[in-house]
Amino acid sequence: MAMRRALLLCPLLLLGACAQQRVILLPEPDGTVGAVEIRSASGHQRIDTAYGGVDVSKGGSLDPFKSSQNSVDREYKPLLAARPPRPVVFVVHFEFGSPTHVTPDSKAIVQKILEVLSQRPAPELIVIGHTDTLGSDAYNDRLSLERARGVVAFLRRHGVTAKRVEAIGRGKRDQAVKTRNSVANQANRRVEITIR
Amino acid sequence: MRTTSLLGACALLAGIALAPLNTYAASPDAGMVKTVKGQVDIVRAGQTLPVQIGDLVMEGDQVNTGSDSSVGITLRDDTLLSAGARSTLVINRFDFNPTTHAGHLNSSIKRGTLAVIDGKIAKSHPEDVQFSTDTITLGVRGTEFIIDTGK
Repeated sequence: MAMRRALLLCPLLLLGACAQQRVILLPEPDGTVGAVEIRSASGHQRIDTAYGGVDVSKGGSLDPFKSSQNSVDREYKPLLAARPPRPVVFVVHFEFGSPTHVTPDSKAIVQKILEVLSQRPAPELIVIGHTDTLGSDAYNDRLSLERARGVVAFLRRHGVTAKRVEAIGRGKRDQAVKTRNSVANQANRRVEITIR
Repeated sequence: MRTTSLLGACALLAGIALAPLNTYAASPDAGMVKTVKGQVDIVRAGQTLPVQIGDLVMEGDQVNTGSDSSVGITLRDDTLLSAGARSTLVINRFDFNPTTHAGHLNSSIKRGTLAVIDGKIAKSHPEDVQFSTDTITLGVRGTEFIIDTGK
């Protein structure tokens, strides 16, 4: 039944699009464009331009083509509308060596977090602690997790709840400001609160 | 009614209280359903389950959408997936270590359409992320894309 309808509809679709696979690369919201590598039994293609695409024949031959924002928005509107909301990140900073002492400007973030949580379907709150590069990996893994847990406790005290709440320590792996090892840096002593 | 919501609130509070004690290894799921339109179900261990917003998606799940339906899923590494009408999406493999960002994502779209916004695994370990159809495999290099299976 569904099969027959698809067959009937096929001639109405774009020429050449029938029963053919395609991949289309989209730009990110800030305009940057990544790349995808496509492989089939008979070859490979790389797409690295916005709205660049590859048509894939049944046999696996790959033919590049150029789509456009208009055509993608038209053809894939319901698919794009179904995408989950993009994660939003808030950053909270910490006093030196303290797992719990949040700098004053960080408190204003709570209201904003409550607002964003209320606007999302099944919101998740992922709290990720970071340290500067002073100290060992093990020490910073522990400190960053303590910071994340401290922020989770702080948010809970202020009435923040979500479908899932998680505290994670990233240690010194992910620096906001790139420094050498063993450097104290306030900007790196932070917790990122991701709402997704 | 009130008892139910109180119990619900207690369960929620308990969950939150426990959350910081759990390590990431305690998250057995691949992600969470964020958008549902029309008819969406998940086939898991031979059982077909209806899907609602907030449901967890597990490694091995097959997600099916009906006509005029769609689903949106956020994976634990922040990968955003959506599948359009009459689609079958399989999460073949998913694991993610949120401390190191190591992990694997392997997903196939058997029919219908898939839109992807890549996540943390793709950013730090792109070689460990793969999407496929019955004809092609895709490697991801920091990006967003659509796969249309043409069927």
